[in-house]
Amino acid sequence: MSDGGLIWIYRNYEDCSGCRRCEIACSLKHEGKIWPEASRVRVFMLVPGIEVPHLCAQCHDYPCVEACPVGALSTSKETGAVLVDKDKCIACGKCIDACPGKVPFIHPSDNYAVICDLCGGEPECVKACGKGGWNALQLVRRWGGEHDMKLYAKTPEKITRDLVAKLYGEEMAESV
Amino acid sequence: MRGYAGKFLEVDLSSGNIKEIKIGEDILRQYIGGRGLAVKILWDRLGRRWEDVDPLGPENMLLLLTGPLTGFMPGGRICVSGKSPQSNGIVGSTVGGEFSIELKCAGYDGLIFTGTSEKPVYLSIKDSDIDLKDAGHLWGKNARETVLTLTREWWKDYGSLHAGRGLLKEPAMLYIGPAGEKLCRVAAVTHKWAHAAGYGGYGAVMGSKWLKAIMVKGTGPLPEVHDMEKTVEIADKIVEAALRMDLFRRWGTASAGYTTGAESSSEPVMNWQEEWHDEESFGVNEFERFWVKRFWGDYGCPITCLKIAVIKSGPLKGAVTDNPDYENQAYLGTNLGIFKPEGNIYLTALADDLGFCGIQVGNLLGFAAELYQRGILTREDLGGIDLKWGDAGAFAALMKLIVERKGIGDMLAEGTYRAALKISEIKGVDALQYAVVSKGIGIGAHGIRSEKDYPHYVSYACSVQGGDHTSVAYVPIDHGGSELAAMLYDSGVFCMFTFFSPETQRLLWSFLESVTGWKITPEEWYNATARRILHIQRAALLLGGPDLRWNPKIHDDVPKRWYEPLGKGPFSGKAVDRDRMRESISEYYRAAGWDENGIPTSEELRRLGLDDVDERLEHIRQSLK
Repeated sequence: MSDGGLIWIYRNYEDCSGCRRCEIACSLKHEGKIWPEASRVRVFMLVPGIEVPHLCAQCHDYPCVEACPVGALSTSKETGAVLVDKDKCIACGKCIDACPGKVPFIHPSDNYAVICDLCGGEPECVKACGKGGWNALQLVRRWGGEHDMKLYAKTPEKITRDLVAKLYGEEMAESV
Repeated sequence: MRGYAGKFLEVDLSSGNIKEIKIGEDILRQYIGGRGLAVKILWDRLGRRWEDVDPLGPENMLLLLTGPLTGFMPGGRICVSGKSPQSNGIVGSTVGGEFSIELKCAGYDGLIFTGTSEKPVYLSIKDSDIDLKDAGHLWGKNARETVLTLTREWWKDYGSLHAGRGLLKEPAMLYIGPAGEKLCRVAAVTHKWAHAAGYGGYGAVMGSKWLKAIMVKGTGPLPEVHDMEKTVEIADKIVEAALRMDLFRRWGTASAGYTTGAESSSEPVMNWQEEWHDEESFGVNEFERFWVKRFWGDYGCPITCLKIAVIKSGPLKGAVTDNPDYENQAYLGTNLGIFKPEGNIYLTALADDLGFCGIQVGNLLGFAAELYQRGILTREDLGGIDLKWGDAGAFAALMKLIVERKGIGDMLAEGTYRAALKISEIKGVDALQYAVVSKGIGIGAHGIRSEKDYPHYVSYACSVQGGDHTSVAYVPIDHGGSELAAMLYDSGVFCMFTFFSPETQRLLWSFLESVTGWKITPEEWYNATARRILHIQRAALLLGGPDLRWNPKIHDDVPKRWYEPLGKGPFSGKAVDRDRMRESISEYYRAAGWDENGIPTSEELRRLGLDDVDERLEHIRQSLK
């Protein structure tokens, strides 16, 4: 997707196989290791079979960036991603509180916030997902569909409940 | 040591004492992990008094072990082991999922449980934060409720933005259902909702220790490897090879419910009275109608051969399970005379929810139904159940009697082989002739009579894991389809399906080196490493006890049923030939380094440094002379 403009990772939860190859690809790229809890995309499975790839939705108003008291968060003009300045970040967790989906988290062994940076335009998670034909994560251009991406910034519990109702039926959703 | 977290956790359930232990590199180099290491630990600690150790007593151990390749090799699994309450030997029983990954990320290569608790407990691990917790509120709960309750409790503690650091993913869980709690020897150790370590009956071992569940969350990375660049490079190639398995990925093993019957004629039909059917209603296309997820897999899996089936309407509404996969299609389908997806999905979901191994309980239900068909068991014996072939409701009712240990259920809960002995005694008939088992373990759903499927004459007769279809004996013994190869994926520990491609099998040795730094050649594996595992497993099986022992002259054999000719289908008339069976067994003994009675020879054992095994087997050698 080299024709410029903002990009977005389209997420189709019900196609997620739960293979978590996105986590492997992401953590290898960013950490040089296989590290599930340090991956910028994390697949939650609060109910077996209901897998939720959870990652930044790049809200139009970036509440996380707004909330940062030390100016450690900024946005990329090229991709629209939220960028974290590790050195400035004080791991206060204000960005987590500000995120409607509770997507950011503090690095498991370090003191800075972790947020998807869209790999500078070529997200590894999307490649891994597409390679296996699952296509739960797909790279799309951000233009051509006027939509508030913030609506995709949902907590794993909320997404899980809705998916259970859709895949397993309303009755099961009540017991979750 | 590379590829390993470097420590194990040992939990004494009697005292509640929990400690970290280390295992030396020399031992790991020889026994790798998973099944191999389980065999070594069990032999060292219990070998001297093996015959006296009650698999369901406090002396037995429960081992949950990863291997160095777990997490790096696409398709991670964990190996569950201990003294098996089915075979009285050692079974390495693996289950897919994230448990092994979370465990390694928490800093542990495995868990070792000894002793027994006095009340229901579960073990909670979050990195080095380890706690034995009360499980009184979980005891008696089915799979679905156990998982949901434990997840809810976890989420309360860690889901609400723990310590301002954001959300952690849910922990992975291994647990038992009521079947394990009631010490049913056909109970599984379960993960998610349809993932089971079924062979061996370790659900009952967990139940005997009052251990309801183990949940683990690791926030660290997988351990350091010898050469990360090479590890990633080879893993990518293995992924590529796996991704080429197009239709296997699409259908998983669920296409076999039809084809194993119609084409290879090796599928259990009504307790193996037949192995052929051509019921198109059991085609994978019919199952696809129930799939709400078309690819379902575990950590790192490129194949994602599982699918999720849901019954959304009608009387069986609410059933959720996997494909079902072939083994469950066969054992909770055709083996019970069920040839439509609904009944099969329903029974599979029920077996999962109660904590049964679908294969073992399906074997048992088919056995009971044949006894009913022949009038050996009456409707009164069965508590009023009219156990007719094809009636999913009747089989469900019997499954519930078994899990409650009510009436005949109490006897059947001991598994097909032990139930057959008891029924023979009570009814004055030979019920063993209807038991399709090997060394107390219900045989996987791949028959040998047509000779069109992968198992052969010695596959189950000589396997150290009895009826386990994922660990079959084979000659030549250094073949990728032999039991010694199975020890590689069970000790690695990773999924056998990623091992299918010849390319992967070729790459595996350099992969093992890139992860561990050890140069293990196929020659070393097949001539030494795997042989040690094989012989110790064989020794444990032969020593057996305390309730049952195996005599190779009698029990190295296939079930009587398979000497009867197939009735229907293109291979009708084919049966196992007795002379050929004896010859094949002798050939296997020679290939394995066992004497003419199937005992590992002194020379072979001493060559491998297994002198103590040799000494323990001497009295068996003498008694067979």
